[in-house]
Amino acid sequence: MLKHIIAAAALLASTVALAAGPNIPLERAPVDIRDTESLQRGFKLFQNYCLACHQMQYQRYARSFRDLDIPEELGMEYLMFTGERVGDHITNAMDPADAAEWFGDAIPDLTNVARVRGPNWIYTFLKSFYKDDSRPFGVDNDVFPMVGMPHVLQELQGVPYKAYETRLVDGQPTEVYVGIRTDGSGELSEEEYNRAVADLVNYLVYAGEPYRLESERLGVKVLIFLAIFFVLAYLLKKEYWKDVK
Amino acid sequence: MKNLMNWIEYRLPVVEKMKIHMTQYPAPKNFNFWYFFGSLAIVVLVNQILTGIWLTMNYEPSAEGAFRSIEYIMRDVEYGWLLRYMHSTGASAFFVVVYLHMLRGMMYGSYQKPRELLWIFGMLIYLVLMAEAFMGYMLPWGQMSFWGAQVIISIFGVIPVIGDDLTLWIRGDYVISGATLNRFFALHVIALPLVLVILVFLHIMALHEVGSNNPDGIDTKRDNDGTVPEEAVSKFEFHDNFTKGGKKVIIDSIPFHPYYTVKDLVGLAGFLFLFAYVIFFMPEGGGYFLEPPNFEAANPMKTPEHIAPVWYFTPFYAILRAVPNPLFGAVAMFLAILALALLPWIDRGKVRSVRYRCGLHKLNLVNFCVSFVALGILGVLPATPLYTILSQLFSFTYFGFFILLWFYSKNEKTKPLPERLT
Amino acid sequence: MSNAPVDHGRRRFLTIATSVVGGVGAIGAAVPFIASWSPSERARQAGAAVSADVSKMEEGQLIRVEWRGKPVWIVKRTQEMVDSLPNHENRLRDPESREPQQPHYAQNRHRSVRPEFFVAVGICTHFGCSPTYMPNEFASQAEGVRSGFFCPCHGSRFDIAGRVFQNVPAPTNLEVPPYMFTDEFTILVGEDEETA
Repeated sequence: MLKHIIAAAALLASTVALAAGPNIPLERAPVDIRDTESLQRGFKLFQNYCLACHQMQYQRYARSFRDLDIPEELGMEYLMFTGERVGDHITNAMDPADAAEWFGDAIPDLTNVARVRGPNWIYTFLKSFYKDDSRPFGVDNDVFPMVGMPHVLQELQGVPYKAYETRLVDGQPTEVYVGIRTDGSGELSEEEYNRAVADLVNYLVYAGEPYRLESERLGVKVLIFLAIFFVLAYLLKKEYWKDVK
Repeated sequence: MKNLMNWIEYRLPVVEKMKIHMTQYPAPKNFNFWYFFGSLAIVVLVNQILTGIWLTMNYEPSAEGAFRSIEYIMRDVEYGWLLRYMHSTGASAFFVVVYLHMLRGMMYGSYQKPRELLWIFGMLIYLVLMAEAFMGYMLPWGQMSFWGAQVIISIFGVIPVIGDDLTLWIRGDYVISGATLNRFFALHVIALPLVLVILVFLHIMALHEVGSNNPDGIDTKRDNDGTVPEEAVSKFEFHDNFTKGGKKVIIDSIPFHPYYTVKDLVGLAGFLFLFAYVIFFMPEGGGYFLEPPNFEAANPMKTPEHIAPVWYFTPFYAILRAVPNPLFGAVAMFLAILALALLPWIDRGKVRSVRYRCGLHKLNLVNFCVSFVALGILGVLPATPLYTILSQLFSFTYFGFFILLWFYSKNEKTKPLPERLT
Repeated sequence: MSNAPVDHGRRRFLTIATSVVGGVGAIGAAVPFIASWSPSERARQAGAAVSADVSKMEEGQLIRVEWRGKPVWIVKRTQEMVDSLPNHENRLRDPESREPQQPHYAQNRHRSVRPEFFVAVGICTHFGCSPTYMPNEFASQAEGVRSGFFCPCHGSRFDIAGRVFQNVPAPTNLEVPPYMFTDEFTILVGEDEETA
């Protein structure tokens, strides 16, 4: 029995890795966690579009407010739809059992999603929904085939569909996939939509490591200190080793 | 004050021990870059113990609380993220310095007579370190913690007859569970560190008994029979323990303190620079020190797409996977480590340092390094047919190193050894 | 050994310089270890200021709010209670609140910002029991004083401004936490103009 487990694990490592994974190359997400305004917009998008289903259960409202320069009173009024106190975690009230029934699986928490998937994956994912009436939510996704969630940003993007054009390939007219287009019913232009997705990804990157900037600020100081210490230690060593010949 | 010192010294000879192990310990004067890693390993050990103790203050060893408590440490505890990254980066740094330390020993024949026991203690440290790292990796209770442990523990299942019962006993449950986590936590924070510290102590005691080897691999303690030229004898004062009351003369050596303490300080500064860079700027180590799936809480119902052990285990993991039969794979993995431990007896040469050994030995050492690194890379990658064949090839060359060594070392054509350190 | 004479001055300077810089590094390295013992974000959020709505309180009523795990009382005192405060001051240990048991804005006869609202940590300064509020029947404990607090553990007595009586085990007046009125009928316990 256990021999099979090993064999299975080894196999799993081989087959699953190849089977899953995106079918298309990932786009580079323009992440900049120093851009506080982008983070604020991303935070707002998260609260409005993601939090209904996904939690960010390890991050506190107060932390996001503080790091994103959002005054607590304003944040509590306009961004805090769940929780009572500003120190509460960003959670929702969805029952996991209901979620499993509706979506077929537990809904992943998004606190660390940028560290699990990487920002480029999320960025491309949110831009790769397309209309597919054969799927339960009417959409599928090339980055996450058979995706079990609706396209929640559809009101922003419009209804996306896979566009084909007839082109001559080797002299034969052929249907060629040319990318995802929308029907124009969205509130945002394509450029604005890309910006919105980038903001959202930016916020998710921030939320994965809220202490990132603090770490880098401290890191520079530590490295400068160690460089000085290195020089001193090196001079000291040279001085003592004059004895050794 | 002086009376107090004498009072203590009479009952516990601290000053005397300091002389034996530091100020009057003869160390060959030609230690190079490769000799930094012993003292660095101690630094990393201290780092792991201190940050480990501090992490324990907020960590919750339970299947329900472990993952959340790590996020609590990272987000809510002041400087918790730093302590945690120091510990997680320290684990990888430990293996970096230990691997380089072991390679040094292999290059300069530091395992050869009379340092076999020293080498064995070193290998035991390595084994305990692997167990320690494995159990530590489980504690964050992320996806990789869970599934990595699942795979590694089921390796024990291939042992005939008792295998299934053994894995059940190790887990304490039918799957990896809170019971497994709790016992691994206890071993990780108490039992194994204790063993590790004792082994490190024995390793150093064994070293100081026989004395340090050097890049030339020649003895620096000679019989005082008048054959040693006057100018070769070190002018420094060394402890009677090493000169045996004048029966031995010590050539080309310097006291460990201050000469090597100040030199190691330079190595320490350089190491800390790199270490701090990783901690502050790339704590995930490109996904090799902290693997992406481990930022997701353990889910026994959902296997990650690709399970790879942490980088420091991957050479042996690649050997395990290279063999089609799981039992033989596990045996091969075990032999790969055992072969290293038996190096003092596999190598039948009389010359220690690679500098004076035959050209084949130099090539063979390169072969070992290439095989080890290649296996390490293959162990991270998914086992496609091509990679499996490559894994088999490099497993073959890995073991080939030891087999070849056994044959050619018996009647090896070596270069003449120098009289003194170069 | 080289024959060149050792430059002891340079050697000593470098040794001291390296030691000092190394020492600074060691102290710096100790900072995260020491700092990690201070209250975490969780503890601080749990201990954050609590606001209480006092608009619906009746005269003489006591409500409790929890602040940093401690019961904090808010009493809406009657005019009679406030007027009675000077009457028994010769029997109090610290009638003028000289002991630093309150923020400076509560260092007055009624020990509060507004005379009618009394805010205090409801823990006896003796051994930490929670005293009983006696709005009308306190005379049974202190003759002639109608209202106050009585600690059942060791019999300490406090008047309606939390001032301790003489000859009881409790050494000091009840503690008044920092607080402020954010509007006419909302009290924020744990934060005042100075700490906000």
